[in-house]
Amino acid sequence: MGWNLVRIWTILVYTFMFLPVAVVVLLSFNASQFGSFPMTGLSFRWFVELAQNEAILRAFRTSIVLGLLTAAISTTLGVLASLALVRYRVPGSNVISTLLIAPILVPEVVLAVALLLFLNFLQINKSFTLLLLGHVIFTLPFVILVVQARLVSIKRDVEEAAMSLGASPRQTFFQITLPLMLPAVLAGALFAFTISFDDITGTLFWKPGGVETVPTQIFAMLRNSISPEINALGTVMIIMTVGLPLLGLAIARQVAKKSGT
Amino acid sequence: MSVEAREARQPWILLSPALTAVALLLFVPLLFIVVYSFWLRTATGADEVGFFLDNWQEALTDAFYRDILLNTLKIAAITTLVCALMGYPAAYFIARSKGNKAILLLLLMLPFWISYIIRTMSWINILGVSGALNTALLSVGVIDEPIQMLYNETTVILGLVHFLLPFMVLNVFVSLDGIDTNLEDAANSLGATRWQAFTNVTLPLSLPGLAAGGLLCFVLGAGTYITPLVLGGPTDAMFANLVFEAIITQLNWPLGSALSLMLLVVLGALVLIYNRYLGMAQLMKGLG
Repeated sequence: MGWNLVRIWTILVYTFMFLPVAVVVLLSFNASQFGSFPMTGLSFRWFVELAQNEAILRAFRTSIVLGLLTAAISTTLGVLASLALVRYRVPGSNVISTLLIAPILVPEVVLAVALLLFLNFLQINKSFTLLLLGHVIFTLPFVILVVQARLVSIKRDVEEAAMSLGASPRQTFFQITLPLMLPAVLAGALFAFTISFDDITGTLFWKPGGVETVPTQIFAMLRNSISPEINALGTVMIIMTVGLPLLGLAIARQVAKKSGT
Repeated sequence: MSVEAREARQPWILLSPALTAVALLLFVPLLFIVVYSFWLRTATGADEVGFFLDNWQEALTDAFYRDILLNTLKIAAITTLVCALMGYPAAYFIARSKGNKAILLLLLMLPFWISYIIRTMSWINILGVSGALNTALLSVGVIDEPIQMLYNETTVILGLVHFLLPFMVLNVFVSLDGIDTNLEDAANSLGATRWQAFTNVTLPLSLPGLAAGGLLCFVLGAGTYITPLVLGGPTDAMFANLVFEAIITQLNWPLGSALSLMLLVVLGALVLIYNRYLGMAQLMKGLG
C-alpha cells in the first residue's frame, strides 16, 4: 500500500517536471495565430518564421560559436588539471580541488558582477571576450568534476606496459592515454557546451548591447508577450541540448558494441 | 634537473592554467569588488576612489534592502522545503525500484539539459491568461473569464521548485542508493515495521544527501534573478534583482559591489557551515 503511494507520488513528480516542457513542444506546432490554447491544428509555420527571423539566427550563431570556444578552452584547462589531480600525488590536493570548483560555490550573480567590474577596470569592456572568459570560468568546475570522475577508472597498467615496451612519455600520452581518455574529454566538452549554451544569469551581465545569445533572445522576447515563436525556439533548443547528447550517447554505445569493448 | 624534480614539477605545470584562470577570473575579481565597494559613484557618473562607507551604510541600514534580503531567504527556504517534500519519496522510489531504474535516472537527468529559461517560461503556457489551465477551466465552465494566476510570489516559488527539484532528487538518490538494503531487512527481521525501519534506519542514513540537496536548492534559489523577472510581479524582486538593478540599470557599481558581497557573505556562510559539518564530498557526489 505504502509502496503504491510512493509510486503514484513519483509519477506526479515526473509529470510536474515534464508536463510544462511538453506543452512548450506541443504549442510550437500550434496552427493558431496566438500560439495559445485552444490549439486549432498542427503546423510548422512557427519554425518557418523562426528560420526567417534574422535576430534569432544571429543569436543562434553567437551561442554556438560561444559554446564551442568555451568547450574548447574549458575542456583543455579542465583535462590538464584533472590529470594532475588524478595521476599525481599533489600536496594539498584537497585545497586545490576546492579552489578549482570555487566558481560554482560562489553564487553566479556575484561571480558575474565581480568579473564584469574587474575586467572593466582592466579596460576590457562588455564584449565577446568578456562573455567567453565568463563562460570558461563558470563551466570549468563542471568539466573538472566530470573528467575527474571518469579518469579515475582508467588503469595506469596499460600506460606502464607501453612505456616498458619502449614508448616515450609523449608517445604513451598520445597513443595510449589520450584515446582512453577520449570519452571523458568528450563528456566534459559536451557538458561545457550545454552549460554555456543554456546560461543566462551571467550572460545578461556580460553581453554587450545588441549581442544576444539564444537564452537572452528568448528573455528579451518574453518582455513583449509569449509568442508561438518562443515555443518553437524552445523546441529547437530542447532538441539541441537533449536530442543531440542522447543521439551521441546512442552512437557511442553502438561504436562500443562494434569494437567489442 | 633530476628526474624526481621534474616528476614533482609536472602536476603543477598541468594545474597552472586552470589555477591561473580561477585566480584571475574569480579570486582577484572578488577582492577587487571588496575594494570597489568602498568607492563612491558621484553624480557625474565617475567613481571616486577612496575609503567611503556610504555604500555599506546604505546596504546594511536601509530597510528596503533588509526586507528584500529576508524575503529572498524566505522564498529560498520555502522552495527548499517543497523540493524536499516532493523529491524525497521520488528519490526513494528510484533507488528501490528494480526494473526501470535506468530509465527513471535518465529522465531525472534530462531537466539538467533543458534550458533554465525555457523551463521557467513554460509555466506561462500553463498558468497564463490564455494558458492550459484557464482554457480548461473556461471550457468546463468553472470560470467565466480567465483569471490571472501568474506574476506573484507563489509562481516565483513554483518556478524555482521546478528548476531545483532535480538537484534535490539526484542528491537524495545518490545517498539512498549507497545504503545497504540489508540494513532495512535486518531491522524488519528484528521486529520493526517497514515504516519503523524507514524512520529509524534509512531516513537518518540518507540525511547527508538531503542536506546536500537542500544546500544546493537554497543557495541556487536565493541567488536567482531570472525567475522573479519572468514569473514574478513588480513587487516580487529578490536580492539578486537588486544587484542586477544597481549594476545594469542604475550603473552604480560601488553600491552593486556592496550588495553582491552581502549576498556572497550570507550564502557563503551557509556553504561554510555545511562544509564544517558534512564536508564537500557529499556535494561533489551529487554533482559529478
